[in-house]
Amino acid sequence: MAVTSETLAQVKSVTEDGYKHGFVTDIEMERTAKGLSEDTVRFISARKNEPEWLLEWRLKAYRHWLTMPEPQWAKVSFPPIDYQDSYYFAAPKSDSDKPKSLDEVDPKLLETYAKLGIPLLEQEMLAGVAVDAVFDSVSVATTYKKKLGEMGIIFCSFSEAVQEHPELVRQYLGSVVPYADNKHATLNSAVFTDGSFVYIPKGVRCPMELSTYFRINAENTGQFERTLIIADAGSYVSYLEGCTAPQRDEHQLHAAVVELIALDDAEIKYSTVQNWYPGDEEGRGGIYNFVTKRGACRGRNSKIAWTQVETGSAITWKYPSCLLIGDNSVGEFYSVAITANRQQADTGTKMIHIGRNTTSTIISKGIAAGRADQTYRGQVKIMASAEGARNFTQCDSLLIGDQCGAHTVPYIETHNPTARVEHEATTSRISDDQLFYCMQRGLSAEEAVSVIVNGFCKEVMRTLPMEFAVEAQKLIGISLEGSVG
Amino acid sequence: MARKSTPFADEALVAGAPWIDALRGDALACYREQGLPTARSEAWKFTNLRRLERIAFAPSPAKGTPVAEIPDGIAALDGAYRAVFVNGRFDAAQSRLGDLPKGVEIGSLAAVDPDLLEPYLGRIADTQVHPLAALNTAYMADGLYMKLADNAVLDAPLHLISIASAGETAQRFHPRHLVVLGENATATLVESHVGAGETFSNTVLEADLGVSAMLNHYKLQNEAPDAFHIAFSQIRLADRASYDGFVLQTGARLARNEVRVQLGDRVECRLNGAYLGRGDQHIDNTTFIDHTAPNSTSREVYKGVLDDRARGVFQGKILVRKDAQKTNGHQLNKTLLLSRGTEMDSKPELEIYADDVKCGHGATTGELEEDALFYLRARGIASAEARAMLVAAFLSDAVAEIQAEQPRAAFQAVVDQWLDATEASTR
Amino acid sequence: MPLLEINGLHATVDGKPILNGIDLVIEAGEVHAIMGPNGSGKSTLAYVLAGREGYEVTAGEIRYDGKDLLEMAADERARAGLFLAFQYPVEIPGVAGTTFLKAALNAIRGHRGESPLDAMQFLKFVREKAGALNITDDMLRRSLNVGFSGGEKKRNEALQMAVLEPKMAILDETDSGLDIDALKLVASGVNALRAPDRSLLVITHYQRLLDYIVPDYVHILADGRIVRSGDKLLAVELEEKGYGAFVGAKAA
Repeated sequence: MAVTSETLAQVKSVTEDGYKHGFVTDIEMERTAKGLSEDTVRFISARKNEPEWLLEWRLKAYRHWLTMPEPQWAKVSFPPIDYQDSYYFAAPKSDSDKPKSLDEVDPKLLETYAKLGIPLLEQEMLAGVAVDAVFDSVSVATTYKKKLGEMGIIFCSFSEAVQEHPELVRQYLGSVVPYADNKHATLNSAVFTDGSFVYIPKGVRCPMELSTYFRINAENTGQFERTLIIADAGSYVSYLEGCTAPQRDEHQLHAAVVELIALDDAEIKYSTVQNWYPGDEEGRGGIYNFVTKRGACRGRNSKIAWTQVETGSAITWKYPSCLLIGDNSVGEFYSVAITANRQQADTGTKMIHIGRNTTSTIISKGIAAGRADQTYRGQVKIMASAEGARNFTQCDSLLIGDQCGAHTVPYIETHNPTARVEHEATTSRISDDQLFYCMQRGLSAEEAVSVIVNGFCKEVMRTLPMEFAVEAQKLIGISLEGSVG
Repeated sequence: MARKSTPFADEALVAGAPWIDALRGDALACYREQGLPTARSEAWKFTNLRRLERIAFAPSPAKGTPVAEIPDGIAALDGAYRAVFVNGRFDAAQSRLGDLPKGVEIGSLAAVDPDLLEPYLGRIADTQVHPLAALNTAYMADGLYMKLADNAVLDAPLHLISIASAGETAQRFHPRHLVVLGENATATLVESHVGAGETFSNTVLEADLGVSAMLNHYKLQNEAPDAFHIAFSQIRLADRASYDGFVLQTGARLARNEVRVQLGDRVECRLNGAYLGRGDQHIDNTTFIDHTAPNSTSREVYKGVLDDRARGVFQGKILVRKDAQKTNGHQLNKTLLLSRGTEMDSKPELEIYADDVKCGHGATTGELEEDALFYLRARGIASAEARAMLVAAFLSDAVAEIQAEQPRAAFQAVVDQWLDATEASTR
Repeated sequence: MPLLEINGLHATVDGKPILNGIDLVIEAGEVHAIMGPNGSGKSTLAYVLAGREGYEVTAGEIRYDGKDLLEMAADERARAGLFLAFQYPVEIPGVAGTTFLKAALNAIRGHRGESPLDAMQFLKFVREKAGALNITDDMLRRSLNVGFSGGEKKRNEALQMAVLEPKMAILDETDSGLDIDALKLVASGVNALRAPDRSLLVITHYQRLLDYIVPDYVHILADGRIVRSGDKLLAVELEEKGYGAFVGAKAA
């Protein structure tokens, strides 16, 4: 069966409401016809009232996409995707289609929310309950937005940025992830619907963590999300994506693109907690999370740090990467990936050292349980120009149970003798001694695994912003529930 | 898509025993199907064979052994048995195989009754994963045959000397070696690959070790500056067998040495090596350690030094299959880059399906440690000398992995010579 | 009703019989010592009581606090107040001592029907106990037992015992690897916990520890059986005569 048909069959028809803010359009239809063609691309662009150059860019991407083979190198397996059996644009559901209250929401989901300690109001938002909570969050967001605006910070939806700041979008869109980069990113370039846009002006330190969480139009941008963050000279921003609560989405294929640009002395910290629906115990119906994330350290002394906690999705395919162009620039990648049941993850990073004295650090912690497979795949490339470059990589894998697999595939390419590159990897399991010791102190087997795994992941967890870290810790425990018997 | 290229497949297949004919036919089809590997193939990502295609190598003649003297550069092994091959053909005149111990047979593969080869030849190596190894199977003509009966002991090392020799015309050939050790048998095999002229040797070695057998296997690849050396070895280790392998590569213009080992229960496997590159050399070491059964240990250390514009490649994969619980697998790759223009591509890989294992790998690339250099200089040692000392120490560490004393000393001598030449050129 | 009652306990490890019929009764508030040569089954007894996997009970029964102990999982036993001070405390990288102890304490408090302590309350509580054992904040913050010296590990076990306030504590060769100062420190920590409603089972090879933790009863274990029981003077007698005099003897 084609992968998207079962989930997409559920997509409800036209809504009367459309976007809650943004732009007005006189196009009546709220959804494209099924399938992908130039017309689909034109429809999306027109529906979003985009300038001609953006339509042309999308079309270029679409035409190129037609010629591209599916990427084959990742260690994941799934049936071929039927791209024609999918809707590429649909306005959000109207309130009348949403659950009226939490009583109508899957109790299993609510149980998980409770375990994570998520406040009721937020539970309603996450479960998509049609209540005033959404409007509360609008007002909260508006307040923040005003404060940020006073500092010259732009934080808005991608669609809004296209309308309000076309010169910035045009300058930077596709400058880090070109439209022809890879099959998934190219598809995104052709049909992306919305996402976030951030611009931090020169010398400004963004005073709060920017989060998609309270962004009002976060709804229904999940499938082909496009994020662009520009940190101008001397600025700083910390951006949080996703949340620990299991997120539901009716689209099975997710192909997001995130582009980061850091100019001289700028720093971007990008943290992700990904907990999309992983499918049932056999992996049926889970999200395919095929994401292209890349940051360019263009300026001298610039820094980009990726932190990710990946626990969801049936298949995760993502390699948040750094192009270290500016001299002395720094790239960091901290990752915890947990796969249980039938989940598959092929994730890692690329650190491309171009500038002099560029530094990169990679800390990857992979945990595989059940019948899951997990691969760390990472490239460290030192170009001949990268005098004095440094890389340190540590990849540790933990296996829970004898039906899972953990794999480490680093590519280390050095073209400069003054560079120093170090890579270490280990694979082990939770020892019986450790489990028994914890249980002798009163912890249940599941609590014991959670404690031990959190310890194993500590180096990564401590790079998360405080508010994220506590929830992420709980999430690790929850993700592994049922993994030890 | 890039076109598929299948050079070197123009020779007629030699007819022989029906099973060999079938083997050759399948192998040729396999080669034609895959073609000469390109960078699109993951296994050949870092080693480009296009230069090989541009040279008009002549196939070796169907009969007879070409004449060539043993050149300099072989491992110095006094008192060893000797099996000499010129362009893959057994050279009885230069070989020394008198008075072999009981239960030991060593000689030319071409001279062995095909019925005796049937259980082994083409049955050990997965040549379908390596197009050029398949090509070897299609056109193999001769090579080493070494068989030890159960409990047999080879009392001195066997020195396999492979001479790749070309005059006016570039030469290609496909040596095929077979090593069979019965239960509890013990042997040391040292290979020296040397030569002159523009040659393309495409070697396959298959080794089968019985229960509790022990093989020391050391290979020196020291071919001529215009040589292309492609080698594929597969070693199958039965329960409780042990293997001490070392590959020192310093010769050839382009070399790829691929070793695959398959481990039974309670096997001790050591798979080590060193590579020394200068000029425009390209040296590739690719290894695959396949843990198929529980309780085995593998250790792998590859160290290299690259100078001028030399390029090194290390691809080391450890596979731990589902049943291989209690596996211990360790892998280390270290490279020193001595000059601008060098390049090192390292891909140490773990693929693990069993949970009760201890596996790890490490890889480093870079210059000499500044701290160590400073320490030596602070003791009054001049910079150039201090560097030479540290490089020498780095390589001695690698060679020290060789368990057998005489081959270790012989390989150390080759390393020392290479170092002397490096030092001389930097003066 | 005794706190712990062991009747005819037989146990095997990897199919090999190690315990061959142990009978032992410990009343609330009593301190019992089990002494025995290497391989007599001392640690096996401790692990069987704590419920470690791989230690198979082939015959006999154990009643603990009125319940069938062998029916309980290892963590249930711990929450019911049975504590084992390990001979070789386990290292758990990345898990801070305080994090671990807080999780354990709140699991046990939950079982007792008490509310969990918050971070501040917990820290105050632990610091009080830690001070007496000369355990610094730094030790508490470090990864559990990772890189600890032998003495630090044993002091850490004593601290966990003090914090978790068990009903029945089993000390498995707590004296091994300790110098005399560390031994005194740990022993005074243990003695501070002696109470009418708390029993101790002290397992040791040497009489030395019993100079500091004075037992009410001493049992000599040999070949998986208690061959002799007595009061604290038995330990002194054992020290004089050596195990040879007792091994092979019938239970008194």
